[in-house]
Amino acid sequence: MTTRIQQPAKGSMTGELRVPAVMLEHVTKRYGDGPPIIEDLSFTVAPGEFVSVLGPSGCGKSTLLKLISGLSPITSGKLSVDGMTPVDARQTLSFIFQDPTLLPWRTVRANVALGLELEGVARERRNAKVDSLLSLVGLSHVSRLYPRQLSGGMKMRASIARALASSPRVLLLDEPFAALDEMTRDHMNEELLRLHHEQQWTVIFVTHSVAEAVFLSSRILVLAPHPGRLAQDIPISLSTPRTAETRASEDYDRAVSEISRVLRSVQARSLG
Amino acid sequence: MKRPLATLLSAALIFASLILIWTWIIRLFHIASFLLPSPVQVVQAAAARFSSLMTSLAITASAAAGGLIASICVGVLIALVFAQSPWLRRMLFPYTILLQTVPIVAIAPLILLWAGPGLFSVTLIAFIICLAPIIANTTQGLISVDRNLVDLFLMNNASRGQILLKLRLPHAMPALFTGIRISSGIAVIGAITGELFAGSTRVGVGGIGYSLQYANAQLETDYLFALVGAATLLGFVFFFVVMFLEWYFLHNWHESARAPAAD
Repeated sequence: MTTRIQQPAKGSMTGELRVPAVMLEHVTKRYGDGPPIIEDLSFTVAPGEFVSVLGPSGCGKSTLLKLISGLSPITSGKLSVDGMTPVDARQTLSFIFQDPTLLPWRTVRANVALGLELEGVARERRNAKVDSLLSLVGLSHVSRLYPRQLSGGMKMRASIARALASSPRVLLLDEPFAALDEMTRDHMNEELLRLHHEQQWTVIFVTHSVAEAVFLSSRILVLAPHPGRLAQDIPISLSTPRTAETRASEDYDRAVSEISRVLRSVQARSLG
Repeated sequence: MKRPLATLLSAALIFASLILIWTWIIRLFHIASFLLPSPVQVVQAAAARFSSLMTSLAITASAAAGGLIASICVGVLIALVFAQSPWLRRMLFPYTILLQTVPIVAIAPLILLWAGPGLFSVTLIAFIICLAPIIANTTQGLISVDRNLVDLFLMNNASRGQILLKLRLPHAMPALFTGIRISSGIAVIGAITGELFAGSTRVGVGGIGYSLQYANAQLETDYLFALVGAATLLGFVFFFVVMFLEWYFLHNWHESARAPAAD
């Protein structure tokens, strides 16, 4: 497999015609005979988009990622990734969990190599790929260390490097930075945007943090709970590239308070 | 650097005072040497029959080691089967508890009856007594893998075999070593128990269990003490070898194995 660096969608004319990266049509999910976790959810994510999913707890954010990744089957409706079923699309998908989920008995290097190893990529090519990934996320100097010797931020970088090893086109992130302190979190967000700009993956990013969602996304989906359904689909039109200075801008503040207001009303309605 | 020295010194001091108290008790109460030999007599008996003591030690050590190693191989295989389905576990796990609760002294004569006396039967008895802790601990280690890690492997299209080999087995290593540590102690006990029933392979020379019985019958209490000392030493050696292996394989990543190195 070659390093796949996709070209950004230049001009929305062709963008319209392309196969959506992720498409949900009237998707419902329930476990057994229980109440639906997600009901009649429809949305489309275009290739290269960075979409955040926000919502109060119980809105099925994490379940949504499990469905898109094919780890959990949908009950009814249609769901496609790159025009394929989620399970068939696994080659193009990568999942980044809330915990770094590194294997403690493997060095950082061996952890990053895991996916390639499972795929059966030859050692030489694997090594070259792992080297470039480690330098991409700035972990080359600790590649021989074990996860327990790393800080929280470094573990998360290793987890990201591992997810990128399979050259994914769609990246699913489930509150990946929730356990990090604010400084590290902001820094990781900037890094993630830089990588997104370079690699042009499609990203679906689940978070609890409005500020984080606004900073990262080109679009924010707000879900309402019980059952999980789409409440609002809001484009974020902050200028790109976004840097640490973006957080100091008025536009950013306005977007954050706007989204917070939407989230509060969704929450109020679900409680009332 | 000071602390290990102090620990060693205090241990030596306690050992020396125990020897002294032992000697004084014999002097004070005029205890006959066939009831309680003095430390000097024990050392003399050990020295006088050093080669047969070492032969006994080697026989028991090989039976205990053989039983332990066999129990690790078979136990891990059984645990791998158990890890495949909760249904299998529910069906078969009660039998491993049976393995642990059945008194070994009760089945040892049966095993001798079926397999005949000798090293094989003794090894078999050590094997049986070692098996349950290995199965129980390894199974637990194999099935207690974080759900997210399994999902991670599934996302990478990993096969069942790959999940077993690259995820479940390494994850079970600390638990397996816990099992081995427990079994290493009882392996020696199992071998000696077996020898109590199995008798000797050759007249005059047998494992520690056989020699214990023989010395007891001959009222060679001093040699009996030497045998007990040798058996205890053997247990220690087993325990420390396993501790070292555990440290060697796990210290890079596992907390429990790091503790001795970090001190």
